[in-house]
Amino acid sequence: MADAFDLIVIGSGPGGYVTAIRASQLGFKTAIVERAELGGICLNWGCIPTKALLKSGEMYEQLDHLKDYGLSVEKRGFDFDAVVKRSRKVASQLNQGVAFLMKKHKIEVVQGAARLEKGKDAPTVIVGDRKLTAKHVILATGARARTIPAIGLEPDGDRVWTYREALVPKAAPKSLVVIGSGAIGMEFASFYKALGSDVTVIEMMPRILPVEDEEVSKAAHKAFEKRGIKFRVPANVKKLTKGKSGVSLEIEAGGKAETLNADVAIVAVGIVGNVEDMGLEALGVKIEKTHVVTDAHGATGVPGLYAIGDVAGPPWLAHKASHEGVHCIEHIAGETPANLTAPIPGCTYTTPQIASVGLTEAQAKEQGLEPKVGRFPFRVNGKAIAAGETEGFVKTIFDGKTGALIGAHMIGHEVTEMIQGFALAMTLEATEAELHATVFPHPTMSEAMHEASLDAYGKVLHI
Amino acid sequence: MTDILMPALSPTMEEGILAKWFVKAGDTVKSGDVIAEIETDKATMEVEAVDEGVVSEILVPEGTEGVKVNTPIARLGGEGGASNGGAAETPPKAETPKTPPSASPPPPPEGEEKPAAPVASVSSAPSAEGGARRGAARDGGEQRIFASPLARRLAEQKGVDLTAVKGSGPHGRIIKADIEGAKPGEAKAAPAAAAPASASNAQAAPQRQAQTLEQMGIPAGSYELIPLDGMRKTVARRMTDSFRDVPHFPLTVDIELDELLSARSKINAMLEKQGVKVSVNDMVLKAAAVALMRVPEANASYTPEGIAMHKHADIAMAVAVPGGLITPIIRACETKGLAQIATEAKDLAERARNKKLKPEEFQGGTFSVSNLGMFGIKTFSSIINEPQGAILSVGAGEKRPVVRGDRIEIATVMSVTLTCDHRVVDGATGARWLAAFKPLLEDPITLIV
Repeated sequence: MADAFDLIVIGSGPGGYVTAIRASQLGFKTAIVERAELGGICLNWGCIPTKALLKSGEMYEQLDHLKDYGLSVEKRGFDFDAVVKRSRKVASQLNQGVAFLMKKHKIEVVQGAARLEKGKDAPTVIVGDRKLTAKHVILATGARARTIPAIGLEPDGDRVWTYREALVPKAAPKSLVVIGSGAIGMEFASFYKALGSDVTVIEMMPRILPVEDEEVSKAAHKAFEKRGIKFRVPANVKKLTKGKSGVSLEIEAGGKAETLNADVAIVAVGIVGNVEDMGLEALGVKIEKTHVVTDAHGATGVPGLYAIGDVAGPPWLAHKASHEGVHCIEHIAGETPANLTAPIPGCTYTTPQIASVGLTEAQAKEQGLEPKVGRFPFRVNGKAIAAGETEGFVKTIFDGKTGALIGAHMIGHEVTEMIQGFALAMTLEATEAELHATVFPHPTMSEAMHEASLDAYGKVLHI
Repeated sequence: MTDILMPALSPTMEEGILAKWFVKAGDTVKSGDVIAEIETDKATMEVEAVDEGVVSEILVPEGTEGVKVNTPIARLGGEGGASNGGAAETPPKAETPKTPPSASPPPPPEGEEKPAAPVASVSSAPSAEGGARRGAARDGGEQRIFASPLARRLAEQKGVDLTAVKGSGPHGRIIKADIEGAKPGEAKAAPAAAAPASASNAQAAPQRQAQTLEQMGIPAGSYELIPLDGMRKTVARRMTDSFRDVPHFPLTVDIELDELLSARSKINAMLEKQGVKVSVNDMVLKAAAVALMRVPEANASYTPEGIAMHKHADIAMAVAVPGGLITPIIRACETKGLAQIATEAKDLAERARNKKLKPEEFQGGTFSVSNLGMFGIKTFSSIINEPQGAILSVGAGEKRPVVRGDRIEIATVMSVTLTCDHRVVDGATGARWLAAFKPLLEDPITLIV
């Protein structure tokens, strides 16, 4: 029996389920297909459960500094199972939340893996023995960890992990090697270090967090080293070998061969799109480097078929997927969609946190702009001093010609909660004048954002 | 019924004075009849009927000021004219002024546009007013333009008039991309250097008005207030802009006129039959035009894109009119004979005083001549008439002692001052122009060649 919808969304991650809600609001009869848990990786195996783990790690690490605040604790310790259980409970709560939202918006959830076949208005979606038809189909199938089996970078569920295994370990490994120093790799490094693992991070690029501004990368490198995380940068993994009690990595760092031994290795060397086993090739969907090629509105070129989020290419971020999804369905509905040129902030929830939006200083220079750069350290910010969180700084980058804010980079305590201020400013196309004119509340760490903006124009007050 | 709407006499005209009605309720009009006279900053124009019919009602009485373009000014009933003259068939339309719109210069999107813009010191007229003033008014809160801060700054830098830009952001907000995509015309319209000036005018003007005479120590009631009319506002704005923004300097020389005066008598005797009388000023106009051809660097306008070297000497002559002044233009003056110049100048001056000039007769021009000799003024230096590179101020011809060799003699001498825009006419250039100009008057036979 054929089920007819206006829209079928494939994948219920933050791209898919948000798109489905917006579609329902716009009056589309909508179905959403999910092969695993509602909420996708983000809610169940990504953003959210890692934040739960990181909070536990951060709080535990804070205990080391209680004395600084005039406090003491008799006996410190942790129950690793309880830490992981809490993380799973948080994920489960949000998973239930998505189920509720689907019900509320009368979105039919179809459990199972989807296959596409040539259809009338849009490809027909086959899930199990159901044939679903719709006027529009949106692919929001997301992405997964890249693996390189040829050199042993492949999870085995025991000694070699991806983010997935790293979220539900039986115990904290005594020693850990993290391969890849992007946001995912660094967050696990930060968490396991907090709970006492001996952590070494290997990065192929010349610096860690290679997408961040160089100054931030360097500051992060120092801050992590101070916490005891070890680095091999730049270094290449030649071969990972699994043994009975651990892994052995042959690496080449600075032209020298080295062998690293550890209990566990986490593979965080990038992301590949989930484009397989859906019949996309047969439909003529264009795929490049594991990602579906689309136009600015998500159209794949196959009539009625769209793709948004991770499967449609980088940056692989939940908020980017949601934004693209809403844009895509609003465009289909003939609404004036939110623009897609808004800058997309990126956050890394390590200790210290890292947050950025827009261009790095180097990118600005590559684009031929004449950046005006401002900086302000938390070390002289009143609130940061009072809170004992003086690590890090704010860096702002303005276009020297127009005064437009073109980039902002932060490292420090809870900076991920502040970056939206700069994202908002950039989306509103603010110049230095508006940032200078904005009243920032005192005492807050956000004052450093104001000061960094002032500094770019030689007007910094508190240095 | 058909509404007759307030016409726009120029593309950027926003409002005008309904000076006079030639028809009254009950009159039958046919297409082409002159029905009213509309007055703007400096031109008065007649409005012709487009449709036939009987005037059923005059909606705006004559003498009304500030009548917005497209406001219904009268109502035409169909019964008197058009056979099937049902109201439904006749959509309301603006009546056309006698001057065909095509005759007006193209609308400069911004007031400061140089090459094509009106030139006369007061001539900015409706078109030149449009951009700058409108922007100022809106910034002042009349009607808010929704534009991002960056879009505003880019518009200022590029000289794009925001009122001319369609916003593509949320709710039509003007964003960066809209300014970057602004048509070259819009962008070029106001040269970058000029735009910030106009923006600052917008701010400067209200600030100046903010201080009342009372605050400055002149009590209310001790004077009578004459409201500013369009011409006064235009003169005030253009002269302020020019005096503030253009780096001026004067160059003065004395010119002996005895030869010229005797030549003029001969010429006028010759032309008597034709009823033409050549004035000293006409000869000055001609000499100025010839000198501009010999020193073309002085016949130029500064623009941020480059120096505009004008091919003809279009000489604007300042004419005092009740309530202000206007500068009608003798086009390609270098190609015209004295008799023709005299005839044109007389006609233009007369029509200027009667406010009958068409916009194209006072907009444009490459060089100005202002003569206060008839008032006995010895020397003065005029304010540059943007975008012209120079203006000549002509003083009175009077008997003065002159030194010849070691003797003092009496000669008729006139002092003239060339005010130069230093951005385009340097001191030496101005001096070379005067050196070319002076002998043309002192030895007027050279004017003929």
